[in-house]
Amino acid sequence: MSVSLSFAGETLVPLACGGLHWPAQQALLVADLHFEKGSAFARRGRFLPPHDSADTLACLIDALELTGATRVFCLGDSFHDAGGPARLPDRPRAALRLLTQSLDWLWITGNHDDDAAAVLGGRVMVEARIGALTLRHEAVPGAPEPELSGHFHPKVAVHIRGRRIVRRCFAVSATKMILPAYGAFTGGLLVDDPAIGAALGGPALAFVAEGDRLLRFPVPMGRIAAE
Amino acid sequence: MRQHYIETVTGLPIPIADWFAARGWAPRRHQLEMVAAARAGRHALLVAPTGAGKTLAGFLSTLADLADDPRDGLHTIYVSPLKALATDVQRNLLTPVAEIGLDIRVETRTGDTPSDRKKRQRERPPQILLTTPESLALLISYPDAATMLAGVQTVIVDEIHAFATTKRGDQLALALSRLQAIAPAMRRVGLSATIADPEAYQGWLAPDADAAAVALVTGDPGADPVVEILVIEDRIPWAGHNGRWAARAVMRRLEAAKLAIVFVNTRAVAELVFRDLWAENDQALPIGIHHGSLSVEARRKVEAAMSNGKLRAIVATASLDLGIDWGDVDLVIQMGAPKGSSRLLQRTGRANHRMDEASHAIIVPGNRFEYLESLAAQDAVREHELDQDQFRPGGIDVLAQHIVGCAAAEPFDADELCAEVRSAAPYAGLTRARFDATISFVATGGYSLRAYDRYQRLKQNKDGRWRLSHPRLALQHRLNSGTIVEAVTMNVVYGRGGGRGGGRRFGQVEEWFGGQLRVGDSFMFAGQTLEVTGFDGPDIFVRLGRGDPRVPTYVGGRMPLSTNLAARVRGLFNAPERWAEMPADVHEWLAIQQLRSRLPGLDDLLVETFERDGRHFMVAYGFAGRNAHQTLGMLLTQRMEAAGLQPLGFVGSDYVVAVWSLRPVTDPRPLFSPDVFEEELADWMAASPFLRRAFREVAIIGGLIDRALPGQFKTGKQMSVSSDLIYDVLRRHEPDHLLLSAAWSDARSKLTDIARLGALLDLAQANMVHVTLDRVSPLAVPVLLEVGRERVAGAADSALLIEADALAAEAMRLD
Repeated sequence: MSVSLSFAGETLVPLACGGLHWPAQQALLVADLHFEKGSAFARRGRFLPPHDSADTLACLIDALELTGATRVFCLGDSFHDAGGPARLPDRPRAALRLLTQSLDWLWITGNHDDDAAAVLGGRVMVEARIGALTLRHEAVPGAPEPELSGHFHPKVAVHIRGRRIVRRCFAVSATKMILPAYGAFTGGLLVDDPAIGAALGGPALAFVAEGDRLLRFPVPMGRIAAE
Repeated sequence: MRQHYIETVTGLPIPIADWFAARGWAPRRHQLEMVAAARAGRHALLVAPTGAGKTLAGFLSTLADLADDPRDGLHTIYVSPLKALATDVQRNLLTPVAEIGLDIRVETRTGDTPSDRKKRQRERPPQILLTTPESLALLISYPDAATMLAGVQTVIVDEIHAFATTKRGDQLALALSRLQAIAPAMRRVGLSATIADPEAYQGWLAPDADAAAVALVTGDPGADPVVEILVIEDRIPWAGHNGRWAARAVMRRLEAAKLAIVFVNTRAVAELVFRDLWAENDQALPIGIHHGSLSVEARRKVEAAMSNGKLRAIVATASLDLGIDWGDVDLVIQMGAPKGSSRLLQRTGRANHRMDEASHAIIVPGNRFEYLESLAAQDAVREHELDQDQFRPGGIDVLAQHIVGCAAAEPFDADELCAEVRSAAPYAGLTRARFDATISFVATGGYSLRAYDRYQRLKQNKDGRWRLSHPRLALQHRLNSGTIVEAVTMNVVYGRGGGRGGGRRFGQVEEWFGGQLRVGDSFMFAGQTLEVTGFDGPDIFVRLGRGDPRVPTYVGGRMPLSTNLAARVRGLFNAPERWAEMPADVHEWLAIQQLRSRLPGLDDLLVETFERDGRHFMVAYGFAGRNAHQTLGMLLTQRMEAAGLQPLGFVGSDYVVAVWSLRPVTDPRPLFSPDVFEEELADWMAASPFLRRAFREVAIIGGLIDRALPGQFKTGKQMSVSSDLIYDVLRRHEPDHLLLSAAWSDARSKLTDIARLGALLDLAQANMVHVTLDRVSPLAVPVLLEVGRERVAGAADSALLIEADALAAEAMRLD
């Protein structure tokens, strides 16, 4: 079984798929699903494979089965754009509807999609307070309350034996946890990027769930922007 | 009467004949033959050594025609592999044009040409246009281009040997087929350095690959080059690749030369050699450095310094390979083995552009195998034996790009376009089904779901012709076209960062190297030690630094040993009468090998096994080049794993592959079996970075994803989609997708040398010589010295990640 970490007094379990399991709340948290990113590009003449929503959803369902979670909190940018829900193919649409009906489903609004996902069922909020934690799409720098968010798509690059290995990661400081992007086509921003550094607001670690282990890497502070 | 006489003798109009006479020159035989071929209306290929007046030979018939019958309109298009070359030829062509007094406009059109001038060129074209394949492909994508191009008489492809076997060549061949359709009377002219197989190039150049339609004109051979191998104190080192050990001796040679080029095989080595030479440069001679990662401005500066005589030597990579006459070079030094005789000959040709004087080259072998290779190259050059070029079918990604370009110009009929495409030699074997699949890919992505029918890029008119569904797509095409896909890079910027345009750009390093630098780190670049002061998006800010620098490593760039030189190296092992001319320690090395083990035969696979420090080594002398050997190393370790031999690692060089394991190999033959080799290879490749890299290239060329354009990096918004993510999804859902198959064929031919590996496995079955030794053999020493310096291939990323975590944990432990 996966390894947990303690954050603001809560026990949370980062999953290899990029989701975060919160056993005490029976909840699964995912950020930046970016459903229908493929078709958003296709509209502009770049024909990315049309399977991203189905793939992302399949991962989500696997994670639900693995954790037995009954609540799902999506931390924003669940669709790549506001037109995404209308383009969602029939099968993933039906599956998603079924999920939002049978589970306690919360869409946090994002900068890409706002409240567009509402048509598929579930509740929509700009931010939510669950237990001791605040859920929002983009971290608010300096906000004192412990917070779970997405938006930045953190990833970490590890250099070892001449290889550079890049993985999605959970970026964690004393009061902030930024989840990796969950969507099949979502790229990432290196966790030592100044933008993420500013959001984290202090020393941080990058966690990578690899199989049944939880690896941790210090976030280097060397890559600061030039004056 | 005089006019008649001159024209009969030379075939040249009087003003041109007079010009030759005034300069005290006579037109050369091959120049006149090129004019004769033009008069006969034939396509022509000129093969001539450097310095033979090739460029003028190419243009002479155009000048003659326009002298006889002065007229407006685009007459001749000249295509060069290098932007800078086009500039250079403009200079060499403009001089005769002006001196003969011809009223001919000559203009360049490259990526650097401002768009208003390009537009003006389409409205009022010059008589001669100098361009690159990329700009030519763009030109034919404009709706108004057909008017400009309809009267073209001649297209000249310079340095055709640099094109024909590459994707740029595919692109050019397709553009030529389009041009030919627009201007049916157009003659094709190819200019080439000396090549092994002119007929193959005639076929490549000709419409419908009909080699007989192309007249072959061969220049007189130049004086034979003098190739020397640098040996100091009768010794050659055991290991190393770059000849860096000889820096002091090389410096002395540079001091004796007027202007020298020091060729190295990779950009990273250029930095190291430059530093070594500088350390020995007691007289403080002006020395420059030139490689493909430096910024264009930096390269132009060095080139200018060279032609102005301000430099005495330049350390360069293949970026200086092509035939530009930048200065009075009188010496070429090749650091490390040349890998192929054609390449050595071409580089040697850089020294002394007058064909009747011998050019002078010195090879500095890095180790004893490289000494043999250098000797083999020296023999090959003396015997005029050149390497065969590997022609291959044209890329589907390039075809997809061409189809969009054609549609951008005007609606096309699929039958006509298919016939036209097949008239380009690289696509002669294209099936109709594959052509249609490419159209479908361009139109809707080519997915089984047909999910994007409503967004299609190509639509059929009522008459069945295909057109672009939106004008925006033509613009998108023009922004993304081209077949050169660079690795993701970061800019090296000198000076203060911050505001826009704050510093001076030095050039680029690959992202994986730049990404691991930290503030305060030093690295070697552009011949200097630079210290990192900060980062901003894709920019690395630097200042001059000191201390022990790292050197950027660049992926690729190393070319494998040619089959021709490999055979010659085998020949040297089996010609003891030649050993006496070798340095004493090489001679001794071979003699003791013969005593203690065996020498590789002319046509066998020698395999040695021995134990050392508890490890069991197996060394196979395949001489199949580093790519094939590294793939073989992967294959062998995989099979040894399955056989329970507990392999620990492998290393492959151009000459041998060495594998080591905890348990001994007693019967090597089954490990080299060609059975199921294809399947094993497929599994391994699918998981390897090779295929991902190849996929990225075809995805960009084929128009699936946009090129990263300057400025997009910083937004932090994920504008582009990582080709890796697309690759993963495609493999899961659409394993037969057109682009995956295109990536496969690229990866197979380019990255792993499958054909050579297959031949090696067959050789292993037919003629393996296995020797069991009680200790390491002399021949095995060089490769064993490389163990540990090569990156460990094959280890799973996950295992490495876990190891990195464990290392960090160990380092941080407080007990």
